[in-house]
Amino acid sequence: MAHAGHHDDHAHGPPKGIVRWLTTTNHKDIGTMYLVFSLAMFLLGGLFAFVVRAELFQPGLQLVDPAFFNQMTTMHALVMVFGAVMPATVGLANWMIPMQIGAADMALPRMNLFSFWLLFFAFMLLLATFFVPGGAPAAGWTLYPPLVLQTGEAFPMAIFAIHLMGASSIMGAINVIVTIVNMRAPGMTLLKMPLFSWSWLITAYLLIAVMPVFAGGVTMLLTDYFFQTSFFNAAGGGDPVLYQHVFWFFGHPEVYIMILPAFGIVSEVISTFSRKPIFGYEAMVYAIASIAFLSFIVWAHHMFTVGMPLAGQLFFTLSTMLIAVPTGVKVFNWTATMWRGSISFEPPMLFSLAFLFLFTIGGFSGLMMAIVPSDFQYHDTYFIVAHFHYVLVPGAVFAIMSAVYYWLPKWTGHMYDMALAKWHFWLSAIFVNVLFFPQHFLGLAGMPRRIPDYATQFTEWNMVSSIGAFGFGLSQILFVWLIVKCVRGGERATAGVWDYQHGLEWTVPSPAPYHTFEKAPEVR
Amino acid sequence: MPEGVSVLSREIYGMHMIMLWICTIIAVVTFGAMIYAMVRFRKSKGAVADPKMLHNARLEAAWTIVPVLILVGMAIPSVEKLIKIEDTSGSELTIKATGHQWYWQYEYLGTGVSFYSRIARDSDLARQKRSGIDPEGVDNYLLDVDKPLVVPTGTKIRMLLTANDVIHAWWVPDFGMKRDAIPGFINEMWISVDPDKPGTYRGQCAELCGADHGFMPIVVIAKPRAEFDAWLEGQRAAATALAATE
Repeated sequence: MAHAGHHDDHAHGPPKGIVRWLTTTNHKDIGTMYLVFSLAMFLLGGLFAFVVRAELFQPGLQLVDPAFFNQMTTMHALVMVFGAVMPATVGLANWMIPMQIGAADMALPRMNLFSFWLLFFAFMLLLATFFVPGGAPAAGWTLYPPLVLQTGEAFPMAIFAIHLMGASSIMGAINVIVTIVNMRAPGMTLLKMPLFSWSWLITAYLLIAVMPVFAGGVTMLLTDYFFQTSFFNAAGGGDPVLYQHVFWFFGHPEVYIMILPAFGIVSEVISTFSRKPIFGYEAMVYAIASIAFLSFIVWAHHMFTVGMPLAGQLFFTLSTMLIAVPTGVKVFNWTATMWRGSISFEPPMLFSLAFLFLFTIGGFSGLMMAIVPSDFQYHDTYFIVAHFHYVLVPGAVFAIMSAVYYWLPKWTGHMYDMALAKWHFWLSAIFVNVLFFPQHFLGLAGMPRRIPDYATQFTEWNMVSSIGAFGFGLSQILFVWLIVKCVRGGERATAGVWDYQHGLEWTVPSPAPYHTFEKAPEVR
Repeated sequence: MPEGVSVLSREIYGMHMIMLWICTIIAVVTFGAMIYAMVRFRKSKGAVADPKMLHNARLEAAWTIVPVLILVGMAIPSVEKLIKIEDTSGSELTIKATGHQWYWQYEYLGTGVSFYSRIARDSDLARQKRSGIDPEGVDNYLLDVDKPLVVPTGTKIRMLLTANDVIHAWWVPDFGMKRDAIPGFINEMWISVDPDKPGTYRGQCAELCGADHGFMPIVVIAKPRAEFDAWLEGQRAAATALAATE
């Protein structure tokens, strides 16, 4: 027993078949479930976007009626934000945080499983709204009243789905914080922790701070709808704009909830493939923390056109511009990490470099929108659509793909098809620009967002954008195929996988054993 | 972005162009540095990593402070312009626009003139699903109304915005401004068309307001002051006559 201590009651491994996935409390299994769920939702949300772009391919209504078009835009956003990007980063957190900090598992494994299944059922409820009278929610993912109160039977289902997602996110966040605070290996001080874990620690605090606010906001919608509480109804003494303040107090930190883990991933990847430690590690941590702090005091820049007093507009424009400073620090530090490095261009690095360029473009358009006078023109146009898709698709989504290509050999024990991955990268990177760059022009030319049909002067760029969308969507089939191939087999991956490593995850074999670090590693 | 036909729209256009150029210059510098690093420090060209390059306090302070200065430089003109935009005092005419699902209503306050403005019939027929009508053949497809708003040129006009059902937003790109029309509240903004730029200006509702959000255009005809006064007088007479028959 003493000699075979690590082969005791865990030696039988996980149960086989479906039971394994229903009952597992293993962080790696749960991480896998999150990632697979997220990929499925990414494809489904992509399908919705496909409908949108197909309808917008030319002027006139060819495929869907306006009401269904609005359901598509709304559900595309809800599915992509809450079903694809957030669960993907949670899946990565589940897999990698224990391995990066030298813990055996997440601190609260049963809660971990519970939060996954809550999310799963939340989405079943949300997607079921397509089949009830009145169809799915169609008031935009921001759910602004009074419009959202015109939703049919779907209304309470969507609100409860959001409650469940919120509960799931909060539990996930608690788990991350408790794990990082309590379960770091001896010697793993906070300022030795890899930046991916750092970014998630801060993200988790954001989640705990703002998810309840969102839950409160939508609950007020619910009581307005069923009990005429008039929180957001002027006729009863309420104010529709109050909802917007509450929503964006959640909504702005929410965008950082999606992007901070991406910052963490990109920091890991650029360092690895520049064969050099990250430049300005502490500054990177402080930059994430300041971005997180600032995210709480900029929310009203999403609503400059609601008629706020001048003082309010000035405050939110200035605070918003400040965010450019820590974001700039991050971009410069990533560049400095590459400087005097020894750079190679494996698929994870390609995606992170595309992130670096294209996220920065999204940052520039963000800075332009922080300027209130110009925002009066940009607001609610395709310029905004282009902006947030630049930060979310070649931003957050590319970072997630970079993470998958970075850690996939560690997860599966197999190297993937490098040539295929490079095809996937180049097709995605080209088409994503064909898709979103023309939307800047459309917005500046005066095309409002969320319209199913448009004046004929917008035709050409809409066609280009739609072609980009079809190309980008189809390219993702390569991604799915590559992952399936890699799970099934391939060249054996070594423990280190890449020729420069930093972090504890590279000290365990590939694939990572079902249980890692049952005995805490020593960190110098 | 259109330069537009008003003081405001030109100010906004100017601010937009300043920002676009600043961003372009920053982009050239930072992307240049990134591309240089990617080309110069390639492993395939035998680059060897310098593991001691970990941080540099002076450099990091510089790329924190320089952006702050640039931002201050951006903030000053933007605040100036904003203060001007928000000053609705001294207006000579007040028009109230009310958003409905899915058309606009205009009232010339103090004159009794009020009318509805809906999407033009030919656009409305063409935009029906699989109508078989080619939008290219419709004049000003989706940007034409049955009865446009008429305003005088060279006059500061205060617009009051509200809505009857859900939130809408009133936007004519050539005038520069966009503002939400919120049920139960009244928002204000001002527009002013250059005296030498009479003409027809088109816009759309800019806040998602339900199924036909894409089909509530805004058309404004700007006429010289004298022509406008005559038009308004005619409208007022017609309104009085209509009231008398009822």
